[in-house]
Amino acid sequence: MEEILLNQVGKKIILLGNEAIVRGALESGVQFVSTYPGTPASEIGNTFSKIASKAGVYFEFSTNEKVAMEVAAGASFSNLRSLVAMKSFGLNVASDFLIPLVYSGVRGGMVIITADDPNCWSSAQSEEDSRVFAYLAHIPTLEPSTPQECKDFTKLAFELSEKYKIPVMIRETTRVALQSGVVKLGEFKKNEEKGEFIKNPHQFSTMPPRVLEMHQELLEKIEKLREFSEKSSINKIQNGNAKAQNSKIGIIASGISYLYAKEVMKELNLSFPVLKLGFFYPLPEKKIAEFIRNLKKLLIIEELDPYLEKEIKILAKETNPQLQIFGKSSHQYIGGGDKNILPEVGELRPEYVMEALTKLSGKKWKIREEKLPAFPKRLPQFCPNCPYWLVFGAIKRAVKPEKVIFGGEIGCYMMAALPPHNLQDYLYCMGSSVGVAHGITKSTGQKVISFVGDSSFFHAGIPALINAVYNKSNPLIIVMDNSTTAMTGHQPHPGVGKTGMGEETVSLKIEDIVRACGVKNLKIIDQQNQEEFIKAVKEFLEKDEVSVIIARFPCVFVNKK
Amino acid sequence: MQKNFNIIITGVGGQGLITLTRVLAEAALIEGHDAKTSELHGLSQRGGSVETHIVFGKDVFSPLVKKGGADLIISLEAQEALNALYYGSKNRTWFLIDKFLKPISGNQKELSIKEIIRETERFSKESLLVPASEITKKELGNPVLAGIFLLGYAVRKKIIPLKPDSILKAITKVIPEKYLALNQKAFDLSFGR
Repeated sequence: MEEILLNQVGKKIILLGNEAIVRGALESGVQFVSTYPGTPASEIGNTFSKIASKAGVYFEFSTNEKVAMEVAAGASFSNLRSLVAMKSFGLNVASDFLIPLVYSGVRGGMVIITADDPNCWSSAQSEEDSRVFAYLAHIPTLEPSTPQECKDFTKLAFELSEKYKIPVMIRETTRVALQSGVVKLGEFKKNEEKGEFIKNPHQFSTMPPRVLEMHQELLEKIEKLREFSEKSSINKIQNGNAKAQNSKIGIIASGISYLYAKEVMKELNLSFPVLKLGFFYPLPEKKIAEFIRNLKKLLIIEELDPYLEKEIKILAKETNPQLQIFGKSSHQYIGGGDKNILPEVGELRPEYVMEALTKLSGKKWKIREEKLPAFPKRLPQFCPNCPYWLVFGAIKRAVKPEKVIFGGEIGCYMMAALPPHNLQDYLYCMGSSVGVAHGITKSTGQKVISFVGDSSFFHAGIPALINAVYNKSNPLIIVMDNSTTAMTGHQPHPGVGKTGMGEETVSLKIEDIVRACGVKNLKIIDQQNQEEFIKAVKEFLEKDEVSVIIARFPCVFVNKK
Repeated sequence: MQKNFNIIITGVGGQGLITLTRVLAEAALIEGHDAKTSELHGLSQRGGSVETHIVFGKDVFSPLVKKGGADLIISLEAQEALNALYYGSKNRTWFLIDKFLKPISGNQKELSIKEIIRETERFSKESLLVPASEITKKELGNPVLAGIFLLGYAVRKKIIPLKPDSILKAITKVIPEKYLALNQKAFDLSFGR
């Protein structure tokens, strides 16, 4: 871990994509870092948590991603360089603040990291492509492919952010964030400049009519950034020589997909021209137009949604209407049919790109044909001695599961959706189990038990709890308090008494907050006392008001850390 | 080395796959190779099947090994070898399987070791079954060292084209001080087997 702090310029070390982002931020003189943990972005916060004091950087785990983005913006407004990291869904939470933030722009360089999870390896909810926020918020967005690029692009993002006074986003996917590879170190020195907020409501107050001017200024910034993008070496053409051009087949790829394209071309001994796009937004439209002008066939490879494909189809209409564009869009009128040769669902894999390129080039590739046998599948489950076993066991003894509706969310307790528990009838984002429970009890009078984790309670559970009390319904909410943010790697939260930098701090009591929200029926139970727990569940399910049980027993890893 | 060397490690969450993956990548870097790995965190580590990829050689692009593209599959639990058949092929793949079974919950029909080997043989040039967990538990009191033991085994049998010394150096670098001696012993245990 300490290797990441080495100050040996040119030394090669192995880093995960996420660690390389940390190193890139350090080499850029980052001073202020915030996050809410979420896989596949968690190692950014975890790494800063370990090294921040040594590196002279302020780091915090914020209560949720929106707050994390706000505090990082506050640092940037005070002229510090700041970085905020989150997973895809975190960006949804933060988006309410993100959109006006890009309007106003920033002062110190500010970089936002978002990590998508194609294939939902570690994500419930959805296979979200966060790049859509580039359009929604007009935020410049870069897509690295390798750990080296994670570092280099982070540095570039800081430079661009400071030069154009705009936050810059880096979009990773799981196979980039959790890819390790060789990274060449650059110079890193502590940045000891102090922050100062200088009043400037002209920039930082997003009120009409000024906000419309801001919108105009933002669009102008983006066009300047597009000029930069046109010339930038992170949008690079390879094999662009005349011989390769004669092939009339070209590839445009971004992120991890570029590595699959390179790997496959090496194996098939192909040298099609490739345009690797490091910028997702703003796109270098001229460069793309030039690249596709003389091609007959184009393959576009990108992870998750076919955004590049749609953009490039529009460009091709102007520059090369005859161009056949292959990709993943299943859209009935633009593409689809025989041009839809990559999957739109799930993550890409090198063999999918292999198949696509063999189709386009006519090259043969012998893949083994043996049929895979059927074999049993191992599902995720609670760790041995996990205290959650006792909660779900007690629930099954307290109620007939078919008579009660069970609400879940993301966190370790979502594994209650799997056998042998089967105790989640709906499962969405953090905090939602409580909000939905209120809607169901209000609509039906049916009994609902809503499970919410301790970190999730702080993250987004509190407003939903207040709502249920205020608007008079009666779900039973069970706060699964295991004293940590377990699923993402045991990060502290406001109830734990430790900050992200390991300092002692106040430990907020969930019961105090629950009481302050107006809840009268409250019990705090160590679920090892099964009979007491079962009795409380039975009693509270009969109540006409909101009830809360805090099931309190630490995660098996809490004292090991 | 003409072509890149592609390794898949499979097992169950908690068996130390990520440490093994780091050791291999560091050892490859020590020998001057380019190297990439791919791993998964979070939900994927919760007692379910886990799989990591390690590729090293001259120029490595993809961190993922493709279908049928593995040179070596190390399986830290026998049934998990079945998950990795996808990456195996008759002409290039070695299977190195720990003779250790962790039951799968539910009412699914599990395959016996014999049936598993019958399947891996269809997707490999050779399948080796080694009682690594049993040996490390008996000799060192901890079956989690089975991975390092198997690494030693694969290097000494020259299945992995890296020097034992490079792996030992990598172990020293990656493994925390307090577990180091035990891991070095596990690596040496494979000697002569």
